[in-house]
Amino acid sequence: MTLVLDALTVSPRGGPSLFPPVSMTIAGGEMAAVMGPSGVGKSTLLDAVAGHLAHGFAMQGRVVLGGREVTHLPPEARRIGLMFQDAVLFPHLSVGDNLAFGLARRVRGRAARRAAVEAALDQAGLSGMAARDPATLSGGQRARAALMRTLLAEPQALLLDEPFSKLDAELRDEMRAFTRDHVARLGIPALLVTHDPDDARIAGGAVVTLRAA
Amino acid sequence: MTRARSAQQPLHPPRARTGAPRPAGGRALRAGVLAAVVLGLLLPIAAGLWETLRAAFGHFPAIGATGPSLSPFAALLATPGLGQAVALSLWTGFAATALSLLLALGLCAVAHARLSGSRGARLLAPFLAAPHAALAIGLAFTIAPSGWIARVLAPLLGWDRPPDVALVGDPWGLALIAGLAIKEMPFLVLMLLSALTQIPLREAMAAGRSLGYGRGLVWMKVIVPQVWPLIRLPVMVVLAYSLSVVDMALILGPSNPPTLAVMLTRMFSDPDIFALLPASAGALVQLTLVLGSFAALLAAERVAGAIGLWWIRAGGRGLTAEPILRGAAGAAAALLALGALAMASLVVWSVAFRWPWPAPLPESWSWRAWRTASGGWDSAVFNTLVLAGLTTAASLVLAIAWLEGEDRARRGRAGWAEALIYLPLLLPQIGFLYGLNVLFLRLGLRADLFAVAWAQALFVFPYVMITLSAPWRALDARLPRAAASLGAGPWRRLVAVKLPVLLAPMLTAAAVGVAVSVAQYLPTLFMGAGRVATLTTEAVTLASGSDRRIAAAYASLQAALPFAAYLAAFAIPALAFRHRRALLGGAA
Repeated sequence: MTLVLDALTVSPRGGPSLFPPVSMTIAGGEMAAVMGPSGVGKSTLLDAVAGHLAHGFAMQGRVVLGGREVTHLPPEARRIGLMFQDAVLFPHLSVGDNLAFGLARRVRGRAARRAAVEAALDQAGLSGMAARDPATLSGGQRARAALMRTLLAEPQALLLDEPFSKLDAELRDEMRAFTRDHVARLGIPALLVTHDPDDARIAGGAVVTLRAA
Repeated sequence: MTRARSAQQPLHPPRARTGAPRPAGGRALRAGVLAAVVLGLLLPIAAGLWETLRAAFGHFPAIGATGPSLSPFAALLATPGLGQAVALSLWTGFAATALSLLLALGLCAVAHARLSGSRGARLLAPFLAAPHAALAIGLAFTIAPSGWIARVLAPLLGWDRPPDVALVGDPWGLALIAGLAIKEMPFLVLMLLSALTQIPLREAMAAGRSLGYGRGLVWMKVIVPQVWPLIRLPVMVVLAYSLSVVDMALILGPSNPPTLAVMLTRMFSDPDIFALLPASAGALVQLTLVLGSFAALLAAERVAGAIGLWWIRAGGRGLTAEPILRGAAGAAAALLALGALAMASLVVWSVAFRWPWPAPLPESWSWRAWRTASGGWDSAVFNTLVLAGLTTAASLVLAIAWLEGEDRARRGRAGWAEALIYLPLLLPQIGFLYGLNVLFLRLGLRADLFAVAWAQALFVFPYVMITLSAPWRALDARLPRAAASLGAGPWRRLVAVKLPVLLAPMLTAAAVGVAVSVAQYLPTLFMGAGRVATLTTEAVTLASGSDRRIAAAYASLQAALPFAAYLAAFAIPALAFRHRRALLGGAA
């Protein structure tokens, strides 16, 4: 599974490109990083890859995932997981139901789905927290729950939008390792957007620096 | 196996390949919403205006009148008291609007921190919920010579009989102005509070004060100019409403001559069918009055802007603004207290038996009024509930479809769309409702519950839409995105994520819808051809009757329905989300 960004750039309608075209190929299990000063369009780049570009923005170039061009697919059909700075768990659902929301449809039957959610919670050190209100979790617990929710959807690639920047130093190291291990284990390409050089270094993959066009 | 190219060294020369803008999502949904709004909302209003225009120029084949002719205008001009009625409408409309706006600004200046978020909504909910007619009846009871205020003053001033002054229906329309202000000021406060969240209030206040301006002056010189564009439309709604209100003016306004809208309502209901023609001409006059008043408002905005700039450039830093704002806030609080007193007096009168003057409370109590009233109000209660349910459900579905359509297109609202939402609230009801009724009859549609529901929905939908829009847009956009990246399509995102998270604001919007529907008077009267009775039409009729207790019972029940809706809108999310901390306390 490989994620290819082919001469990808974004421009406001009728305006110049936000940044020069980006081309990168991320292999399965690799965690690449995009760096750059704030406001240069790092998050916009992720939006383009994930398919969430706001109205009024046009995208040039292609996004190819595992040989399948996804450039014109709606976000839900791309099979690209997205992790945010805050965990963005659904506030109306319990922790377990958040994971069940993500769990792929392939897993059928109440008991099997429940077991899959429980197993994922165990893996994330959240055993027995299925019924909890996400608002009562700590920052680290929320981040891990969000990652498990994303992974249960069986994405073929993972995008991370400054996912560690709000955690304190110790938790940040733990989450980086946790995320990297899962990416390596699943063998999917991951693309991290960050302004923290440590994030980019620890990711271990290629690093692209965006500069304003 | 990693190949990464920096941005400066692309792998391939960038192909000039426009990522053909993906077809904007939800096109069918948006087309459906547009069709519903045009056919259900715009077309009836336009057709109603057209029929009114034809009748005003003497063309009404159904009664054998063929025009065009100017005789309806001649007949209208010959109506005794017309000039006074127009002057009275202008005076009460502008005075009520100015009073509501000034007091709302004062109240927000002093108390916006304490009223922010859901607290303000909760505090103002009773005033937003109270139907105009019920409030007017209660206010009439309170300020009448035999009412609570006179009863409290009597021992202090040594009155041994009710004072001989006409406070209800006074020739200056002061009671009407007070009644309108009690209803419209809370609406403007709510709109102001919502506007204040859209500007950098804290920073502007800090910057202004650090430059040596007092809190009150920063409010007037910095904050008000920023929020005015955001509340201009709501102020125009208040102005249009105050200039053309019928039910409140019937109960609280002077009767001979009454305001123009009341005079026209009487002409439209005249047994002499040819009175329809001058009445339609009058409806055009009413329409012109409202549009002219908008022009005057915009002109006043320019003048005030110029004076304000001169004032700002002068750089005065006196601290004198605070007493004015405090005074306005105090007056606002007094007005709200009067409103609360009015609602309480409804309940007390409805269960009073013997209540001699000047006792502050009845000597003996009785359920007689409620028993008598409940013997005859079955169909009125039924109609009121059905109308509220139908109009609110239809409006809520259309509002959700509209907002979801905007989300799927990933674009905000165009200016014309915003104006379209406000349109029914900016035109005087009397300007097009009778014409709409004529159109329905010509098409062979009966004057029944369905016709009334349609006419009511013209006014319910805008309020539901206005109430729901702000919280819908404030929804964390990352929630539906997270859902999409988990593979959830647009419908699952709507049903499983957005709607549950927005439960509280949706229920609030529904409560607003119920309150607006229950309060409607003219649409029920005209479209039901007087045959569809609701609690509102009954209460207005009874208000001029002799039995104050029965009128109080009807008005109490009329007010109780929207109160119950608001209560449910606060209670249901609190109950449903009692284990979901992030969704508690956001009910507004």
